[in-house]
Amino acid sequence: MNRISLRFQELRRAGRKALIPYITAGDPRPELTVPTLHALVQAGADLIELGVPFSDPVADGPIIQKACERALAQGMTLRRVLDLVREFRQTDTQTPLILMGYLNPIERMGHQEFVAAARDAGVDGVLTVDLPAEEAAELVELLEVADIAPIFLLAPTSSTERIRRTARLARGYLYYVSLKGVTGSAALDVATVVDKLATIRAYTDLPLGVGFGIKDPTTAAAVAQVADAVVVGSALVAKMGELADEPERMRQEVTAQIAAMRQAMDQSRTPTATLAD
Amino acid sequence: MKTSHNPVDFSQFPDTNGHFGRYGGRFVAETLMEALHELNAAWQDCRNDPDFLAELDADLAHYVGRPSPLYHAERWSRQLGGAQIYLKREDLNHTGAHKINNTVGQALLAKRMGKTRLIAETGAGQHGVASATVAARLGLECVVYMGAEDIRRQALNVYRMQMLGATVEAVTSGSRTLKDALNEALRDWVANVDNTFYMIGTVAGPHPYPLMVREFQAVIGREAREQMLSEHGSLPDALVACVGGGSNAIGLFYPFLNDAEVAIYGVEAAGAGIDTGRHAATLCAGQSGVLHGNRTYLLSDEHGQIIETHSISAGLDYPGVGPEHAWLKDIGRAQYVAVTDSEALQGFHDLTRGEGIIPALESSHALAYVKKLAPTLRPDQSIVVNLSGRGDKDIHTVAALEGIQL
Repeated sequence: MNRISLRFQELRRAGRKALIPYITAGDPRPELTVPTLHALVQAGADLIELGVPFSDPVADGPIIQKACERALAQGMTLRRVLDLVREFRQTDTQTPLILMGYLNPIERMGHQEFVAAARDAGVDGVLTVDLPAEEAAELVELLEVADIAPIFLLAPTSSTERIRRTARLARGYLYYVSLKGVTGSAALDVATVVDKLATIRAYTDLPLGVGFGIKDPTTAAAVAQVADAVVVGSALVAKMGELADEPERMRQEVTAQIAAMRQAMDQSRTPTATLAD
Repeated sequence: MKTSHNPVDFSQFPDTNGHFGRYGGRFVAETLMEALHELNAAWQDCRNDPDFLAELDADLAHYVGRPSPLYHAERWSRQLGGAQIYLKREDLNHTGAHKINNTVGQALLAKRMGKTRLIAETGAGQHGVASATVAARLGLECVVYMGAEDIRRQALNVYRMQMLGATVEAVTSGSRTLKDALNEALRDWVANVDNTFYMIGTVAGPHPYPLMVREFQAVIGREAREQMLSEHGSLPDALVACVGGGSNAIGLFYPFLNDAEVAIYGVEAAGAGIDTGRHAATLCAGQSGVLHGNRTYLLSDEHGQIIETHSISAGLDYPGVGPEHAWLKDIGRAQYVAVTDSEALQGFHDLTRGEGIIPALESSHALAYVKKLAPTLRPDQSIVVNLSGRGDKDIHTVAALEGIQL
């Protein structure tokens, strides 16, 4: 069974919600990525989204754009990201890793070669921001054979028809983009998220993650009340960019950020909080 | 005149999801998918609505100044000693380029959809000016995204847009040119999708833009086809147009695609030379990839990162190209060639001195290729070249290149 599904099963049994940090591979320095991944796991991350830097990250705000620029300036490539995954897997065989990025680097490598290399490296899921369900059939088929979960986004604007279509193709979990905007935008409004998640649950049994606009433990805890997973990216990446020249302080502060979110999410646990089933 | 041996009926493309063969499609983040469906539905309603089309035709006639003339450049034809050269005078349109054909159409659509805010990206500034122009006319808010590098190169157009009431947002990410302006416009659209209409300036982007912009620009080719038949008595032997994103080229080419006897040439910017790596010749030197919502030819490195392009003309300085061009190249219906900065500059001067018409540097690329093509044809043969814009905006660039302080 795919590590993502296993992890959500474990969490469900324990009555906990998943915390999913996002970092951009190679940012602020390639040699810090694997140690940061391990530190995130120790601080309470359940799954990790690892960003594949791209020159034209259209769905991202300035924080992740700059992270991509820093990583690319140091020669980060899709192949090197896969090397980092392989290195991480030497000591962590449990934590699910999801590659998050844009389609063109995958197109350039070739879909088949990419899927084979991702499977060998130990990737568990692939989220391609600019690949909606309508265009995804070919890549999804290859991912399924390799037991890699195709992760899809849903948005406030997604119609029920699109939710149905996307849920049919998705595996692992569905990622609900909590606001209209790019990553790192204004804080989300939990009340509007609740309604949309209820709609989405009518079409899928997959766990639902929520991201975009989750900046602090309070929001993380509030979202954990209604979703199965909380994704935090820009808040973390901003801190990493700020402390690029102080790796030890960066590790401490990023760890503290995740630990605080973890704690807030676990404390706010209520017996009535519903999970996917 | 349709030919029976032509296996492809070009009017059947793209398919309902915007595919030209393997190119085109909709490759955008989920938030925009509904907006694209909404746009497509509104556009499908309008494209066959007699009221919409009548309003569009009236605007094209009275505001844009259509039809544009088809001018027989007799002196230049004699100088080159080959085919007769006809210039499709899009430079005579209101605002000085073909771009207005598209923005007039998209603005009418935006008005029908009840959108109150227009956004656009621009490279040379021509599409930005054309967008700001229609926004002023309809009293709509207009924000134009423009690369900081292009703002420096095209100060005159920046001021024109501001005079027209538009806000010009300088884009400082990436290479600070057209592709980055497009990224920023897409980010704006995602955040303001409820009240905002994104006017893409070329036949690229997610479906339905390549189709919609083609239909608005195809007036160029429809007129040219009728004008050649009535004034010259036959179809041209060849069509030539410059290709950046490719909207003026598709506008000219599309109504001739089923005329198999008409040869079609798209001319890209070879910049300092394709072998120098400093160019924008996407079809001549790129590969298939996905950027800005469509699968098409792109200039990217071996890892799929988009690379910086170079051209003397800001309007051709783009690492992608419309998906229909990618398809026309692969199936062999059109040929794509490239000319260098210095060849384009020579073309600029040749037409200026030979015919008293100062062309845009973008259009000068097409002229530079006509210079090569015309002498290979007989004097009873003909070429229609799209003079897509006038060169006033480029005078400072040309003067600076020649060391002249204005």
